[in-house]
Amino acid sequence: MSEEVSKEFEPKVVAYVCNWCTYLGADLAGTNRLEYPTNVRIIRLPCTGRIDFNLIVKAFENGADSVLVSGCHPGDCHYNAGNYHARRRWMLFRELLATLGLDMDRIHFTWISAAEGRKFQQVVTEITEKTRALGPYTKYREICEV
Amino acid sequence: MSEPLQNSCRKLLTDGTVQVVIGYVKSPVDSDPAIPGFITKPEDCQRLQWNDLCDLNLVTYLSRPEIKKLGKAAIVVKGCDLRALAVLLRESQVSRENLYIIGMACAGQRSSAAAAENNDAASGTLATPYKCTVCDAHQPDAKLCDEVIGADSVKNEPVEESTRYARLTEFLKKTPEERFAFWKRELSRCIRCYACRQVCPLCYCNRCIADRNRPQEISTSATLKGNVAWNITRAFHLAGRCVGCGQCSSACPMGIDLQLLNLTMAKAAEDNFGGYRAGVTELDPVIGTYSVEDKEGFIG
Repeated sequence: MSEEVSKEFEPKVVAYVCNWCTYLGADLAGTNRLEYPTNVRIIRLPCTGRIDFNLIVKAFENGADSVLVSGCHPGDCHYNAGNYHARRRWMLFRELLATLGLDMDRIHFTWISAAEGRKFQQVVTEITEKTRALGPYTKYREICEV
Repeated sequence: MSEPLQNSCRKLLTDGTVQVVIGYVKSPVDSDPAIPGFITKPEDCQRLQWNDLCDLNLVTYLSRPEIKKLGKAAIVVKGCDLRALAVLLRESQVSRENLYIIGMACAGQRSSAAAAENNDAASGTLATPYKCTVCDAHQPDAKLCDEVIGADSVKNEPVEESTRYARLTEFLKKTPEERFAFWKRELSRCIRCYACRQVCPLCYCNRCIADRNRPQEISTSATLKGNVAWNITRAFHLAGRCVGCGQCSSACPMGIDLQLLNLTMAKAAEDNFGGYRAGVTELDPVIGTYSVEDKEGFIG
């Protein structure tokens, strides 16, 4: 029985998305019947400005192989400036992760608007395929084992 | 130079300008670095000292409630410490009118922590900390001080950005795998004593995110998982704020190179935000502000 179960690696992608743009973009992809990989786990937050960097760390701790952070295009933020604040934090946070030697190919940032259902489909497909090629993020998972 | 400092503090306490002087006093062990002293009586001012054993950054005490309770304080600061104080002032953590700042001209310090890092018998039990080797603040910024002692003894020389971050540049030559292995080794030693947090002049939250348990963001046990998360948090919360006083590295009982992470954040702020240096430039703080021009080449 156990031999029949596919041993093929299925990447886990965690997507932190903002309520007003990317989440609606994902919704549009759904209503348009655009197929995208089921590997993505979407977590909706009020705004990219709310996305604490700890959440990204936490996703890796809990076994994510890739993380996507996505929100409204600059100028489109529902709260006017949340995404600008987020962008600054991401700039700094990326440098910290690079010094720590984390795999930068597993952390993705995009802007996806509520009208870009197709872009959501493409981004998620690309990330999933890229992660599949990279394999599981065992390096980070190892440090989470007690 | 201890004497002018003692005289000046005696005067401040006698005429009631301040109620407490936060300064350096001699360690009970003669050759050891100075320890912090909180002088409230004029006759105790003779205990104050100033020499090359005053590596501690006393600014950290200013935001403590038990020190605030003592009343208006005079604080003895070096040029580098003053930068931390400048950040505290900007973040409204201390009020300027409740403070008397005594800036000390400083030719460089020696510390036991630096000697431990060097691990080299020639340097003895005391060595020059990293911050002093790249110092461009021998002379404190007179604009911020009420008084500067020893103003003519040393001069500030500009230090190139490439020199200030040379250590980091060298480290970044390693591959990501090597870096990850390095931090795994370093951070596995962390015992989560939070000395780095306690000693940092800019870590002043009443309730630290690391102590919060509903929800718990950072695992509290001293295993790699929590250690990595904690040290990422510590470094990132100092992004664009750390002034590089190096107290975190000195205080760390396990000798973890915490300053290297702080340097990363300082360099990122300086490179990306118009040469921003915490406590030095008078630009708007990096976090909490934004520019529509910020670079976003990495965003798809």
